[in-house]
Amino acid sequence: MASGSTIDALGQFELHPIFGSFGEALCLSQAPLYMVISVAVVLAFLYLGMKPKAVVPGRLQAAAEVSYEFVHGLAVDTIGEKGTAFFPFVFALFFFILAGNYIGLLPFSYTFTSHIAVTFALAITVFILCILTSLRFQGIAFLKHFMPEGAPVALCPILIPIEILSYISRPISLSIRLFANMVAGHVLLEVFASFTIMLAGLGVVGDVLAVTPLVLNIALTALELLVGLLQAYVFAILTCIYLREAVDH
Amino acid sequence: MRLTPRFLLSAAAPLAALPGRAVAEGMPQLHFKDPLLQGQVVWGAIIFIVFYLLLSRSALPKVADVIKAREVRVRNDLDVARRARKDADQAQKELCEAREKAMEEARATIQGIRDTAKEKIRVQAEETAARLEAEIKKAEAQIALSRSNALGSINEIASSTATVLTERLVGTADQQAIAAAVEHAHAARS
Repeated sequence: MASGSTIDALGQFELHPIFGSFGEALCLSQAPLYMVISVAVVLAFLYLGMKPKAVVPGRLQAAAEVSYEFVHGLAVDTIGEKGTAFFPFVFALFFFILAGNYIGLLPFSYTFTSHIAVTFALAITVFILCILTSLRFQGIAFLKHFMPEGAPVALCPILIPIEILSYISRPISLSIRLFANMVAGHVLLEVFASFTIMLAGLGVVGDVLAVTPLVLNIALTALELLVGLLQAYVFAILTCIYLREAVDH
Repeated sequence: MRLTPRFLLSAAAPLAALPGRAVAEGMPQLHFKDPLLQGQVVWGAIIFIVFYLLLSRSALPKVADVIKAREVRVRNDLDVARRARKDADQAQKELCEAREKAMEEARATIQGIRDTAKEKIRVQAEETAARLEAEIKKAEAQIALSRSNALGSINEIASSTATVLTERLVGTADQQAIAAAVEHAHAARS
């Protein structure tokens, strides 16, 4: 919020305890609340959508089925036949992030995907799952992939650390990409919204000028809708790509 | 517009440094010692696990069931339709064949009737011709007979007529002379 002539663009990411002392004791902030809301919205969408079980689906059922088939196609096409096993995980990831991004765009709400701790936790989950899947399907032989096939043995001391580094950097890039996009979008929205309020305080001329950041904010909201979907998609597809490498190399 | 982390940090740093009442100190996301921040990770993990379990055990299988049931139904309906079409094609083929056969039979029957009628007509015509021929011959014979009869009685009629006339004229008539005169005249004419 704008306070006088300053703009506090980062205050929106602060965590506040909810449910009084009880919530404080359980370390409950608005973040888990919005996670629950997001999860509830997605589950309600699926349960209510699929309630009619109609052969010719209505709008909500069609939307639920399209979501299912979209993520199912994403998982199976990318990972392969074994993708079916990972499909619920990919679905959960995609919709957890998507709902978090979109609900965070509502006024007075909070975006839990704008916290590096949350996105990193998701990314590290994917990372650990990939390692476990690699060990399950390829055994210890999966370590061979850190030495590219056909490369000269002399290059081993350079290539292997590079490969390991690139492998380890996956969860970092995965989490920072989502976190940074969300933070940047919300900072921009906050900054332009603050401009509008500050300019509106300058009288008639300010009122006229205040329209510009307002219009920009509308455009930014549209952009954020795109970014929110895109980031959820990117997170999901990268997870699928990493899993494909894990199951079948 | 590309929203890179570098852009974000360059934009956020001066903003965060601005003096003010409610301005956050640095990025709240990086206050890793904040128990609320740690708490949201733990809660997030619990919520995500519950979400995953609900999705994988209940919500997604429901969607899959509906989609599968539809696929099965559509496939069955298609099979039924395909079978019905096959049956219809077969029936149409049989119908065509039957019609073809019936037409062939009808054509043969018509030809038969026509031939029979022709034959009958021919026979009838022949019979009629023969009968007419016979009647003509009979008539001709009768005519010839009548003629000869007529010619035979001419002399008699002429003689009696001449006798009557002569009797009127002269009072008497010589039958033999009259008959000879009539014979003579008849012979002169023919």
